[in-house]
Amino acid sequence: MNKKFISLALAATMLAGCGGTAASTSTGGGDAAGKVYYLNFKPEADEYWQELAKEYTAETGVQVTVLTAASGEYEKTLKSEMAKKDAPTLFQVNGPVGLASWKDYCADLSGSDIEGQLTNKAYELMDGDKVAGIAYVTEAYGLITNNKLLKEAGYDASEITSFAKLKEVAEDITKRKDELGFSAFTSAGMDGSSDWRFKTHLANLPLYYEYQADGVDNKDELTGAYLDNYKAVWDLYINNCTIDPSQLSTATGDQSEAEFIDGKAVFFQNGTWEYDKVKAIGDENLAYLPIYFGVDDENQGICMGTENFWCVNGKASEADQKATLDFMNWCVTSDKGVEYMTSGEKMGFNIPFKANPESKNTLFNLANANTATPVSWNFTTMPSEDWKNVLGQALTVYAADQTDANWATVEKAFVDNWAAEKALTAN
Amino acid sequence: MHETGWVAGYTWPVSYYYGNTLLGVNMQKNIKKYWPVFTLPVMAAFAIGFVIPFAMGIYLSFTKFTTVKDAQWVGLSNYAKLLADQTYLHSFFLTVAFAAVTIILINVIAFAIAMALTKELKGTNIFRTVFFMPNLIGGIVLGYIWQLIFSGILVHFNTALNLDARLGFWGLVILVCWQQIGYMMIIYISGLQAIPTDVMEAAEIDGASSWQKLFKVTIPMMMPSITICTFLTLTNGFKLFDQNLALTGGAPMKQTELMALNIYYTFYGRVGFEGVGQAKAVIFFIIVMAMAFLQQYFTKQKEVQQ
Repeated sequence: MNKKFISLALAATMLAGCGGTAASTSTGGGDAAGKVYYLNFKPEADEYWQELAKEYTAETGVQVTVLTAASGEYEKTLKSEMAKKDAPTLFQVNGPVGLASWKDYCADLSGSDIEGQLTNKAYELMDGDKVAGIAYVTEAYGLITNNKLLKEAGYDASEITSFAKLKEVAEDITKRKDELGFSAFTSAGMDGSSDWRFKTHLANLPLYYEYQADGVDNKDELTGAYLDNYKAVWDLYINNCTIDPSQLSTATGDQSEAEFIDGKAVFFQNGTWEYDKVKAIGDENLAYLPIYFGVDDENQGICMGTENFWCVNGKASEADQKATLDFMNWCVTSDKGVEYMTSGEKMGFNIPFKANPESKNTLFNLANANTATPVSWNFTTMPSEDWKNVLGQALTVYAADQTDANWATVEKAFVDNWAAEKALTAN
Repeated sequence: MHETGWVAGYTWPVSYYYGNTLLGVNMQKNIKKYWPVFTLPVMAAFAIGFVIPFAMGIYLSFTKFTTVKDAQWVGLSNYAKLLADQTYLHSFFLTVAFAAVTIILINVIAFAIAMALTKELKGTNIFRTVFFMPNLIGGIVLGYIWQLIFSGILVHFNTALNLDARLGFWGLVILVCWQQIGYMMIIYISGLQAIPTDVMEAAEIDGASSWQKLFKVTIPMMMPSITICTFLTLTNGFKLFDQNLALTGGAPMKQTELMALNIYYTFYGRVGFEGVGQAKAVIFFIIVMAMAFLQQYFTKQKEVQQ
């Protein structure tokens, strides 16, 4: 009897172990009232979203669960979470390409309260006539500049108004590198933590100018008309940075960031999200230059845009969708919500909603102060992750061995592979 | 061999008998009565962890899906896309080459070390432990550790692992050998210790040279261990994923991408390609299964009765 009991108990625990996990996350906040489950994309903001969720629950009694995907794991996490019974009610896509994957899940947000809060229709992500997503943060990237070092080298950020001048300054600093004790650029690391700055963000510029020239906002095939400029900028980065180009393949994003903060380099290609780190060199020493591209430097501003669009899960229950919309609206209208989203001490976002206060993010203010035309974020139209990865690897190989043949591989990865990937993902 | 097996003329496994008397009749009854208690948990775990996902996986390879719940039937189109994918074919040949190289290197070296460590030397236990230890570290961690080591060395030659496909390939081979030799060594040691000493003595008395003893006595007697080790190294070589992901990530230009990594990148690399990744995985399964069966068939043939 005893043995039988033990084996039954064992069997029962095993089975219980299998089925026990699913029900643990949701408690309280009855179904009738609806509840919110937000799958957050930004790990750096996780802590504040968790706090904000608690605040909202305390104020309204509506339960809000926030889960944050690990960096670079958002699509994977979203895929598995969406297949669950309690799927996220609020999630995000990164633009038209991400939307293609999730459009069946996106509720139409036209006429919603939060849509009315937007300052500009351009921040809506459209799927035909449907408002599928709404941007909740805008960002800007360019060359974050340490003006103090630049002055030591005998220049000033305000003098640099074109690619030609940038090149002249950078090459002069490289020549006097030993005497000055710093380099022109931080390492253009091609490790996975850093390569997106070049395979995605820098690659936006040749794309932007090609779209501009044709007056379009997406293309199935590229001509690669501005790839020579892309090469010129890339050459400048890799041959005037802190380390030998052959070592870039494993250099990381943290390394590049540390070099800038430690005053080992003047220019650091990155965005407003880096402010929390780079403010260490002092606000008064920060300057923010466009990534001059040698095409229309006079009118080229900082790259401003978004790849963060909120979507509401249209497959969630009506009550949950309503609760989610209320939560979103509260985040961008209530004092507490706006404070959490915009305060430099909290998430520090620049939000494209009416309640956005003056930013405390110096980089963002510098970007806004630049009166030239901002460069739009066209990289959201890049056909696939695969396209970016192949381009990144081609850039890495070229950096280590700068031959024409290796640059031809980069061009192929940019132009030919674009057409191939667009065709592959078309249906 | 015979102690536990089922033998003709006996109703129950021979271990239940003492002479010709059947033992533990009560136990037999109990087993008949309570077998579900013992097998059901395992069956359930097997079904949940393997059979159901496997069946779903095959089904999903014929569909287009974003999450596993909203699959739409698309017939063979995923398989058609797969055939047009050059990278998959490349990863297949690379995987075959990789498996071939690692099977030979790991087994030969592990066997040699096992031979050395079964001689009466001082400190064999310490060596066995040391050689086995790499096996206790996870693949991702190993990949990153070795990436640091290789970078440190290759920097002096102005290159890096992810710049040159050949370096990446051999880097991966070194890593996997380092990780698995210790494990195979343990299996070979236990095999070597099980060889009856009288056979060896007989060979010595007959005047066999040490090479003759190795090839005519030791290796034939070791075939069961060799079967296991080649099976493990073959399947490990084909299924290799973590180490590949961490060490090279397929760079440069997907040239060091083995099949498992290729499938992974297909699944997540493009919008709408989840089904294609799934189809690749099904093909991959068939290939690995076929290889494993062939290997079992050929090595089993060579096993001798002790």
